[in-house]
Amino acid sequence: MTTLTKQQRDPADRAARSGGARTGSSGKKSITHRMGDLKIALVFIFPAMIGFVAFFLIPTIRGVYLSFTEYSILGDPTWIGLKNYSSIFSDELFWNAMAVTVQYVGLNIGFQTVIALGLALLMHRVAKSTFIRGALLLPFLVANVIVALLWFWMLDYQLGIVNEVISWFGLPRVAFFGSEQWAIPTIAFVNVWRHMGYTALLIFAGLQSIPSHVYEVASLDGASPTRTFWSITMPLLRPVMVLVLVVTVIGSFQVFDTVAVTTGGGPINASRVIQMYIYQKAFTESDFGYASALSVILFVILALVAFVQMKFLKGNESDLD
Amino acid sequence: MTTSTPSRQHAAAPTRALTTKPRKPINWRRAGAWTLVVIALIVTISPFLWMLRTALSSNHSLAANAGNLLPADFSWGAFKRVLGLQSPEEAIAEGGSGAAINFWWYLRSSIIVSTVVTVGQVFFSSMAAYAFARLRWPGREKVFALFLATMMVPPIFTALPNFLMIKNLGLLNTYPGIILPFLFMTPFAIFFLRQFFLSMSREVEEAAMLDGASKFRIYFKIVLPNAAAPMATLALLTFIGTWNEYFWPLLVGQDESVRVLTVGLGVFKSQSPQGAPDWSGLMAATLIAALPVLLLFIAFGKKVVNSIGFSGIK
Repeated sequence: MTTLTKQQRDPADRAARSGGARTGSSGKKSITHRMGDLKIALVFIFPAMIGFVAFFLIPTIRGVYLSFTEYSILGDPTWIGLKNYSSIFSDELFWNAMAVTVQYVGLNIGFQTVIALGLALLMHRVAKSTFIRGALLLPFLVANVIVALLWFWMLDYQLGIVNEVISWFGLPRVAFFGSEQWAIPTIAFVNVWRHMGYTALLIFAGLQSIPSHVYEVASLDGASPTRTFWSITMPLLRPVMVLVLVVTVIGSFQVFDTVAVTTGGGPINASRVIQMYIYQKAFTESDFGYASALSVILFVILALVAFVQMKFLKGNESDLD
Repeated sequence: MTTSTPSRQHAAAPTRALTTKPRKPINWRRAGAWTLVVIALIVTISPFLWMLRTALSSNHSLAANAGNLLPADFSWGAFKRVLGLQSPEEAIAEGGSGAAINFWWYLRSSIIVSTVVTVGQVFFSSMAAYAFARLRWPGREKVFALFLATMMVPPIFTALPNFLMIKNLGLLNTYPGIILPFLFMTPFAIFFLRQFFLSMSREVEEAAMLDGASKFRIYFKIVLPNAAAPMATLALLTFIGTWNEYFWPLLVGQDESVRVLTVGLGVFKSQSPQGAPDWSGLMAATLIAALPVLLLFIAFGKKVVNSIGFSGIK
């Protein structure tokens, strides 16, 4: 990742320099210099600007505005100040959704990071083949919905192969998606399965950027593989691990597809994650103001998570420099 | 973890060891590591084989052969049922619901949406990326930073207001409604292409400029052809991403007439009777829905794999 930012800096400078040289010599230099290719640039970014303003910028502002209103699609939004936020504070379903989401994120990130790190090390040290990397990436490329349906079938209480295997060992069948206790761990498992190869690839890319001479020195000093891992690999991998953690935590806070297709938030409230709750508030109860306030809160949580992770893990620094 | 960290010499050693020492002692650490690789591959691949096995089974025989690794009472019925090649009576006889599944129609919708989004997004984003990488204008860095900042905004946050806007425009349950938010840009696409434009050599461009070529000509005749590879990679990622998208089409494209495959599969699942769902039909449908991505992956797998390190910033 560091190479990218370097690449990004240099040619930009070069562009500015050569551009400046071209416009030079005449008296009107300063104005042409400053405006540069403005007119042409405007034409080039025009379509992207439409998309940006219409579908990113305005919606962001409108989302914040709506969170201070009562709005049920029919009629106009009415300003109610902080009322949505104060009701959220005492909304038991919201706290339940938060608890369920946090439980999911914890399970998902914990297992995914450890498994992906293991896979990345395997890919790096044992099997560098593109075929193996590709095979591990396969679940990530298939739609969430398809993955959810596939596991819904494999984990079926009556006919699912997983329960069949469990019963061969004389153990009791498990209602994976159907029990309050298992719903969230099961959804977490399904998504770990889907994402582990992708996460492993990101970490693998990081491993490859660690120069081999560092390892050579370590082995000359007689460091054991375990010690090399903890004293060299992990510290040098930190920037990549931070990036991976930020990306996966932010992603898993927004889990929806798997839940929507398998449990729909049930049984009772056991798997109603925060995004499912927002969806239901907006589209089943048509309470857009409240749903917007919920998504503002989700947004703030995600921003905080990213900020804390960056600061706490000192993501911007690499021990290599 | 320790098994997976054999020291570096092992990687170079084997060839030499084989020629000098005919009987090399088994490297247990390496064997253990390979075992883990194989287990990981089995865990990843076998569910897909199970999907195929189920799709090729006769629905009624699944219950009696739940643990059999081969298709239970081999039949193409599930695929026929999904593709609408079976009469309702036959379908019911084989365990289907007998309800018509507009699979071809959903497939068509998915193709339309994914193709238009891919073409539009890659083209418009490349224009913007060119402006950010190669043209000089005041405020360039600030505007780019603003574009990048929106990468942080979670999709759910903009989804509700976007839904309201599409609704106000009267575009609910239309293709434009599903397509528009993704047609012009995503911050990621612009970022991705900008990186490539920055690293391209300026010399050809400058030579063309001396010959009096306009910026537009340079962009179409020089920049675009030279960026074919990264644009193809981006197009591939965009197509797969759009094909797999569920949340947005669920919000604005519920109607049968514009329903895409992902949404259709969800409906298919919820329609199947609770007692005995049509599992082989469902697995046949998911397999066909995954097919385009699988084919793209077989054709361009290396590209996708190699671009992941890059796209990790997403």
